[in-house]
Amino acid sequence: MSFFKNVISRLKDGLVKTRQSLTRGLRSLLVGRVLDDQLIAELESALIQADVGVVATRQLIAGVREGYLAGRLKRGEDVLDYLKREIKAMWPEHDRQLRSAPSGPTVILVTGINGAGKTTSISKLCATLRNQNKKVILAACDTFRAGAVRQLEIWGERLGVEVIKGQQGGDPASVAFDACKAALARNADVLIIDTAGRLHTQDPLMRQLAKIRSVIARQIEGAPHETLLVLDATSGQNALRQAEEFAKTADLTGIFLAKLDGTAKGGIVVAIRSATNIPVKFVGLGETPDDIQPFDPDSFVEALFETESAVEV
Amino acid sequence: MFERLSDSFNSVFRKLSGQSSISESNVREAMQDVRTALLEADVHYEVVEKFCDSVVQEALGREVTKSLKPGQEMIGVVYDRLVEFLGGDPGAWKQAEDMAASTGAGQGPVLPIGLSGEHPPIMHLPSDQGPTVIMMCGLQGSGKTTTCGKLAAYLKKRGRSVMLVAADLQRPAAVEQLQTVGAQVAQDETLGSAKVLVHAEPDKTAEYGKAVGVAVQVCRRGVEEARKQGIDTVILDTAGRLHVNDALMEELNQVNKTLRPHQIFLIVDAMTGQDAVNSAKAFHERLEVDGIILTKFDSDTRGGAAISVKHVTGAPIKFIGVGEKLGALEEFHPSRIASRILGMGDVLSLVEKARHEVSEEEAEALQAKLAKGEMTMDDFLKQLRTIRRMGPLKQLLGLLPGIGAALKDVHVEDKQLDRIEAIVNSMNREERKTPDVLDNSRRKRIASGSGTSQNEVGQLAKQFAAVSKLFKQMGSMSSKAQVDAVRAMGAGAGAGLGGMGGFGKKGSSYTPSIKSKFKKRK
Repeated sequence: MSFFKNVISRLKDGLVKTRQSLTRGLRSLLVGRVLDDQLIAELESALIQADVGVVATRQLIAGVREGYLAGRLKRGEDVLDYLKREIKAMWPEHDRQLRSAPSGPTVILVTGINGAGKTTSISKLCATLRNQNKKVILAACDTFRAGAVRQLEIWGERLGVEVIKGQQGGDPASVAFDACKAALARNADVLIIDTAGRLHTQDPLMRQLAKIRSVIARQIEGAPHETLLVLDATSGQNALRQAEEFAKTADLTGIFLAKLDGTAKGGIVVAIRSATNIPVKFVGLGETPDDIQPFDPDSFVEALFETESAVEV
Repeated sequence: MFERLSDSFNSVFRKLSGQSSISESNVREAMQDVRTALLEADVHYEVVEKFCDSVVQEALGREVTKSLKPGQEMIGVVYDRLVEFLGGDPGAWKQAEDMAASTGAGQGPVLPIGLSGEHPPIMHLPSDQGPTVIMMCGLQGSGKTTTCGKLAAYLKKRGRSVMLVAADLQRPAAVEQLQTVGAQVAQDETLGSAKVLVHAEPDKTAEYGKAVGVAVQVCRRGVEEARKQGIDTVILDTAGRLHVNDALMEELNQVNKTLRPHQIFLIVDAMTGQDAVNSAKAFHERLEVDGIILTKFDSDTRGGAAISVKHVTGAPIKFIGVGEKLGALEEFHPSRIASRILGMGDVLSLVEKARHEVSEEEAEALQAKLAKGEMTMDDFLKQLRTIRRMGPLKQLLGLLPGIGAALKDVHVEDKQLDRIEAIVNSMNREERKTPDVLDNSRRKRIASGSGTSQNEVGQLAKQFAAVSKLFKQMGSMSSKAQVDAVRAMGAGAGAGLGGMGGFGKKGSSYTPSIKSKFKKRK
């Protein structure tokens, strides 16, 4: 699939900072050293600082310690290999491609907290799909934040895609309703629905999201086919709570991990994966619509732990 | 927001209190739980280590182990260190204790509130030399534009006129967003009459990467415009940027050099993870920020960024954003946040919130009415609405000592209050004035008018009568006797809450749990 072409190298480009931080931390920490208690303590610190989270870090460290005591892990390099294997194993075979409707428009509902990067991520999804010659319609259901509708509209203009919108302050569910009608009438392949940012702790707003979802479901069979949570990669352990709460309300099918170019750590992905069963589907790595990659755990972990002996050693 | 941290701290205090003699290793062991809780709260790893070490050192230095009340003593140690890490004066606890001792009030941990001269002024606002310029900066999505609006509202309420300058030319529609937010602040009459304007040049907006540098000119023109119009304060809303993007960081540098803002605020998402300190540090090194504003504090973030950021950058936290409304910006006071983290509430902030919503005359008039037993349903409704303007109920209750922790798992829904409002709204004038007239047929009418049940209408009337009676009694008491009367009610707060919660179907299920929680604490 051309979509996945050069995944590994592109991911590596975008992840340069991530890799530098996590691997430089881990790599320079581990390589060439004999494993001992001191090194294990340093490793724990490095994982925590990569936002891997206390629970996931403890699991990894417990494994390292066990291997150390059993004599299986002796050198830093052994530990590096072990961690690679372990983290990869957290990502069993999973459908990471976008689900699509057997016939009629595929509906993608995009959710997330304020400032996670929903609208920007939608522009990326939209560009990707449009490049596959799909007819895309966008629905501006963020009627709350000032300027949000206009923001999506501008992306629509730049990408040459129709945007269905309502009044600022209007009912987002009714915009979703109109958008479904429009998608059916215009024979669109994909309908992407932008929603207002909402903190997962705000019950009324979470209920509104459930309402939008049910409106969509009544209009188009099987919709929404994808419900994505956009997560800011710089967020800390709270991202887990977000994933759990949104999953409860909106029945998430995937995560769009945004702003991974900005944070120096990629560890939150590990934490999310070990706590929820929701696959990460896409990774956002910049501000232009092309800065998007499908999430591939193998290349992700490879990129994180890769040995670049010629360059780094 | 700090429930988990509170829990783990409190379990440390309990552990230490329960032992007849404690050793150094007891203290260290107890701190292990705190360490985990802090890490889970996204406090930076190194800060956690430092914090725990300093608590243990201090505890040993103060000979907590020899104290008769080690748990109590430990609270003081932790409180002081927390305040220090949050950027406040670590002597606050001692002062508060001395103050409490001299006034003879209270048993147990005393809230160190109302200390004078505890904080430097939140903002430096020179008024004699033209407009004060404030520059906002931060990562994408941290909440700069929203915070600009809130800060403008904060200043307007204090009589300052504000010019918002839309210098974010990168994000599509950022300019429109600031214009809309600015108009909302300008039109909000409850904030007073000070002028709020927006300087925007939408035609300068260009696609990402092409408009770098133009922002400097927009800012310059914005400040000139403000000077011409005699505006007191200018707030520059800059584009979100990564701390590792040299070109964009240089743009900020240029704005800084050209306009010499009196204050630079860095906006930080309170939910940021371990990386928070790195980006804050990078911004600070480049711009020497004067203060930090933590946003999205109303989420269930455990607020670790608050503890790390000040400690690592040295820049003080000035404000926290606590909601979507324009008024949802609170001043950050280290000692108060430390109290909240330790589950001791923050009465002072609550009082301030109330003061912003109710004028002194209004309060006095109401008090007089209450004392005479003349409170009507209309007064009640007005009170209810005032309280609701102050913020979500759960947030407010969380500011009361002990209650935040008790309500941790309780679902407080503001929707219950909607029902109460609906019931009162369905009453006629006579019924509102003298709820005693409510008979079956009136109750039936009100219930169908408000979409509630007769039972609920009856309950409200009953509660109203009970509260009126209490206030009437209190009116004839001295203030000391009033306090005692409320204390004597025992689970009075719980009963009141339970009563409110008792409304609605969902509410009744949790009433007993609230009550039992209160009893447990006693």
